[in-house]
Amino acid sequence: MFRRVVLGLIFLIVVAVGVSVAIAWRSEIEPRDTAEPLEFDPALVEKGAALAAVGNCIACHTVPGQKAFAGGLALPTPFGTIYSTNITPDPETGIGLWTEEAFQRAMREGVDREGNHLYPAFPYDHYTRVTEEDNRALYAFLMTREPVRYTAPENELPFPISFRPILAGWKILFLDVGAFEPDPDRSEEWNRGAYLAEGLGHCGSCHTARNRFGALSGHWNGGEAEGWAAFAINEASPAPIPWDRESLHAYLRNGWHPHHGVSRGPMAEVTANLGTLPEADVRAIATYVASVMGEPTAERRSRADQILQDLEGDAAEQAASTDVQAVATSSDSLGASIYRSACATCHESGRPQPFGGLNLFMSAAVNAPNPQNLINLTLYGLPAADGVRSAVMPGFGAVMSDEELLALFNYIRDRFTDQPAWTDLPERLRATRSGEYHVRILPSDGIERGPSNIGASDDGDNTQN
Amino acid sequence: MRQDDTGLRVSRRAVLAGTGALVLSFASRDLFAQHVPPTLPNGAEAPQLPGSLQKTPLLDAWIRIDAEGRITVFTGKAELGQGIRTALIQVAAEELEVAPEEIELVTADTARTPNEGFTAGSQSMQYSATAIRHASAQVREILIAEAARRLGVPPGDLRAEGGRIVPPQGDPIGYGELVFDQLLHVEASPDSKLKQPDAYRVIGQSMPRVDIPAKVTGGVAYVHDLRLEGMLHARVVRPPSQHSELVDVDTSRVESMPGVVKVVRDGDFLAVVAEREFQAIEAMRALADAAQWREKPNLPDQDRLPEALQALEREVGTVAEAGSPSFSGQVFEATFTRPYQIHGSIGPSCAVAVANEEGLTVWSHTQGVYPDQDAIAEMLGMPVERVRVIHMEGAGCYGHNGADDAAADAALIATAVPGRPVRVQWMREQEHAWEPFGAAMVTKVRATLDANGRIDNWAFDLWSNVHSTRPGGAGSLIAARHRAESVTPPPSRLQITQAGNGDRNADPLYVLPNKRVLWHFLPDMPLRVSAMRALGAYANVFSIESTMDELAIMAGADPVEFRLRHLEDERAREVVEVAAERFGWSSEPLPANRGRGFGFARYKNLAAYLAVAMEVEVEPETGRVRVVRAVSAIDGGEIVNPDGVINQTEGGILQTISWTLYEAVTFDNTRVTSVDWSTYPILRFRDVPDSVEVHIVNRPGQPYLGVAEAAQGPAAGALANAVRNAIGKRIYDIPLTRERVRQAIGV
Amino acid sequence: MAITLRINGEAHEVDADPATPLLYVLRDDLQLNGAKYGCGLGQCGACTVMVDGEAVFSCVTPIMLLEDSEIVTLEGLGTIDNPGPVQAAFIEKQAAQCGYCIPGMIVRAQALLQKNPAPSDDEIRSALSPNLCRCGTHTRILAAVKRASELMQSNGAAAGRGEPA
Repeated sequence: MFRRVVLGLIFLIVVAVGVSVAIAWRSEIEPRDTAEPLEFDPALVEKGAALAAVGNCIACHTVPGQKAFAGGLALPTPFGTIYSTNITPDPETGIGLWTEEAFQRAMREGVDREGNHLYPAFPYDHYTRVTEEDNRALYAFLMTREPVRYTAPENELPFPISFRPILAGWKILFLDVGAFEPDPDRSEEWNRGAYLAEGLGHCGSCHTARNRFGALSGHWNGGEAEGWAAFAINEASPAPIPWDRESLHAYLRNGWHPHHGVSRGPMAEVTANLGTLPEADVRAIATYVASVMGEPTAERRSRADQILQDLEGDAAEQAASTDVQAVATSSDSLGASIYRSACATCHESGRPQPFGGLNLFMSAAVNAPNPQNLINLTLYGLPAADGVRSAVMPGFGAVMSDEELLALFNYIRDRFTDQPAWTDLPERLRATRSGEYHVRILPSDGIERGPSNIGASDDGDNTQN
Repeated sequence: MRQDDTGLRVSRRAVLAGTGALVLSFASRDLFAQHVPPTLPNGAEAPQLPGSLQKTPLLDAWIRIDAEGRITVFTGKAELGQGIRTALIQVAAEELEVAPEEIELVTADTARTPNEGFTAGSQSMQYSATAIRHASAQVREILIAEAARRLGVPPGDLRAEGGRIVPPQGDPIGYGELVFDQLLHVEASPDSKLKQPDAYRVIGQSMPRVDIPAKVTGGVAYVHDLRLEGMLHARVVRPPSQHSELVDVDTSRVESMPGVVKVVRDGDFLAVVAEREFQAIEAMRALADAAQWREKPNLPDQDRLPEALQALEREVGTVAEAGSPSFSGQVFEATFTRPYQIHGSIGPSCAVAVANEEGLTVWSHTQGVYPDQDAIAEMLGMPVERVRVIHMEGAGCYGHNGADDAAADAALIATAVPGRPVRVQWMREQEHAWEPFGAAMVTKVRATLDANGRIDNWAFDLWSNVHSTRPGGAGSLIAARHRAESVTPPPSRLQITQAGNGDRNADPLYVLPNKRVLWHFLPDMPLRVSAMRALGAYANVFSIESTMDELAIMAGADPVEFRLRHLEDERAREVVEVAAERFGWSSEPLPANRGRGFGFARYKNLAAYLAVAMEVEVEPETGRVRVVRAVSAIDGGEIVNPDGVINQTEGGILQTISWTLYEAVTFDNTRVTSVDWSTYPILRFRDVPDSVEVHIVNRPGQPYLGVAEAAQGPAAGALANAVRNAIGKRIYDIPLTRERVRQAIGV
Repeated sequence: MAITLRINGEAHEVDADPATPLLYVLRDDLQLNGAKYGCGLGQCGACTVMVDGEAVFSCVTPIMLLEDSEIVTLEGLGTIDNPGPVQAAFIEKQAAQCGYCIPGMIVRAQALLQKNPAPSDDEIRSALSPNLCRCGTHTRILAAVKRASELMQSNGAAAGRGEPA
């Protein structure tokens, strides 16, 4: 990894030196006159609130337990740690001096008011698709939030990445500035969904793989977010029961679906935010995402039908298999015994979603090419949310040895899927357990703002005053 | 191990922990239960005796001293985690002039202790402590008189000290030397020579709770910990919903499971008994899968619960009335609602029972051993005297939870496996779905102000049932309802009493010249309910205190000052003033998204006075509310154990925060769907306030006023008012969820 | 099937189904009252014990996973006559009402303090967040954990009672 990064850096430097000198410099936009009070039409602010929910701005720009939009959240990247900025209207530490023009430019081009290039951890490669009108509403929303005086810590990036002008080179290579262009052959709903999902919704930020420069590579082919696998949401979706427009709509709106379980990890915040959107927008996003996923192959469809038929077929029989799970037989493998004694009580209880355990035949985490989410969930579980209903799962990291976990995972993979065994299990398990691979653990209720995160290795000191 | 008179072998630890397994029967039940005060010759009633002495006047029903001078005090009340055990010991030690360690306290046991009904309604100090205090004082004076007789000196020359009667000269005489068989077997007199407050040694001291050391080191502390020799483990299989019929169950597979001793089926009652606990659980799961039920979709739409409740109104009672309320001009008008909520004991209900030739013995964390004894005897068709119910602690109950039902389950199952003790514990989902809930309610308020900013018209309407459906008969026990020979609960009746139940605290203590308080009575409710801490006072005070703040805003007055305008009772005024002062109450604006609120009530209008101020912070983006701090003042009359009162009041405030911010039973049209802590969330540590202060306004020498439920109403009001102050919008419906708060705020 | 479990420094041979959750073995086979049944789902923490120094829910942990582990229960932290520092702090602060949740709180606090002898208030809250209390004893529990931290630090190594050998 490190070697690839170094090579990438050298390449970037060459590009930066050759090109950026000419184009890197961006002008400062004059600060707003703070003596002049800002006034916005309440309808515009309300529209901005809904858009901010689509953008999930609050998730990155807020440290759990601290003031909303004040920034300071550590975002680990392969290049180092970037801290989100304060986007409250505080004039000194936030965006209080930004004019709408400055905000429009930041969203479109990834440049701050003073003319500095922003790191693409701020997903302007998506936000560039947002219309001027919507940016105006977002500006109105953010400028009417409570101003918070807080400066995020300095980014922890090595030279030359810490040298912002090289980002100009990055942008030449990877940023395609320009508003969303509707496809006239598609329905209005589809276009609305595409606009939201590809623009402000920035689904691809997590769900698309990244190249060595941290730029997107492919389209929704599966990526990574905060230590969680963000599964492919194109035709390669690992969901055993294929998604469709209806199930996506229900999932995005409610944060769970009977065939897919609960949203968790960073996706929990996304679904919690989408739950506040107008119904039509969620439906539009579902329509578009379903079209990207396309129709499942006949083989996939028939396997899914078989699973559903087996699970919904004879509930009593299914439950009966649970009851005897405790009676371990000597022929059981270690993995099977652990599954039956520690997992099946909930995952085969027949208790409905979202509060019962998902039957693992339907689990994307088990069926996915990447075992990371299964590792995360088993080690750390799903902590209870504070004061709201949420799915809860105990973590087993403290009581299961690596040997036991590997046996369990291999058994689960073998029993519940047709997929080949994972080859990277031991390494991922080791890196996750040691904290070398950073995983953020949050409850499944969505927006969690407790004073601190329960994460496996959350070492950021982000205390605000 | 030792044999006791129930024929049981009880482990030594159980005896040491005072489980009541060791019996010293000394008086018949009837004597305790049905003593009628003698009628005087002229037909006048005998003078009223203090506290529970009225019902149980024999001194040796309360206090016994053996030849070695060991003192045993008996109470019909039960330790529920409220610390009553410690306070009763303090009271007895004070008047008997001994150290608290010298007192052994025996709590509720139908074979040993007086019948004091239920440990409920914050009345244990008022009734039991008062009785024990007076009995102790009278016993002390009897001992002094006996010593005086023996020494031939005037009683006034003698004093009691350290378990001995001390003469001016010569050797003191130990209490044990003075007692003889009938010395204390006398009725109490109306007058006692109580110690004066300036002479207190023990009362008024924060004596550490006697039960805590065992609880924090793993001693036998709860009925859950009772292990009798040969004990079996049972689990019940409850129907999937309230009104289900067991259509069919094939028990053969379950009966062949490892360890299974018996499957018990009686009508819709289904249970399994096994040698080991986990075997019972496994068998319970299998049995649940094998059972087929017919369910009835007869629950109302949860979103329209208030309307559904109002539709059940059958009768209207007048709770209070004064002047002639009329409403014109600017009228404040609002509807408040409270959902069903659960007691939510952390330990699901549990009981142990054994049926043998001696009869039936049940160990239970019931709040009323005698009423439970009656109900179980009725259910099983047994003579009452063949049933013994012994209290052992459970997890905190906060009212009538599953305790009595679990006791009935254990009793019924025990009769199916005679000779062997059976332990039954409910599963979490059974506790959540089958405990009798705290009752949902609707209230409506109308009020107007006069030209001087005082309330002149007040109308308060509440829709509620009686809340309490405690055992008074077998019909209130789930097992009795589910048996083939099913017993139905007695119909509930509208009755206006001073303490009230659904209408508790519906009549404000504030001075209101024209008022009408009406109780729209619902005899039945869609879901089974029973007494939960504060009963109707929680929703009524929440509504009244919310209204007081809205009226203060209308009057342009400070909320605390506005309350004081309407309070004449000096003790009420003092708690309001103390809470406000200690809180640092002011009208200074707080930072954005912070708010302060105030609440006050006198519980039942006859128990403790409590005022509380709270500061909250609201996160507008999520609607999340956190109480930052709460400061309260309480007047509970004379305080025996200040730290006990503080602990109870802190707990009341924190529990109320949880009820008011988060809690609602959920259901679809057939089943209860809030069945664990994931679906029925309660307060977790991250949302706990930074501080909760309790300031006691002590009244030495005054009667004890129950304190344990005083916080519920005022804390709910203060919280709602603080949220109102923070966001500028009133929320009328409990709980004040994130969603409701966020919606109220808007963007 | 017999399984050997090391509990509070002693080996116990337990004849139970390997799938049995540890909680029932502690309570029924070994007569240890500390860990309590609260939910059986890992949602409330009443059953908390330490396994190799980590706080875990004994109600969802089958004993088959514990053969090589060092298990510490409430009873391993001290006795009624000689309570450990966390227990002593809970007594000192009178941090109990019904007390049913308290053993789980104490064991979880012990696990925290072994790893982090001087936790901040936020760290204590976060560490205790898996455990529920219904009586509303929370502020006393927080104060007791703070006090336990002081006691353990002032007692130094002598306060290490209950730590796995």
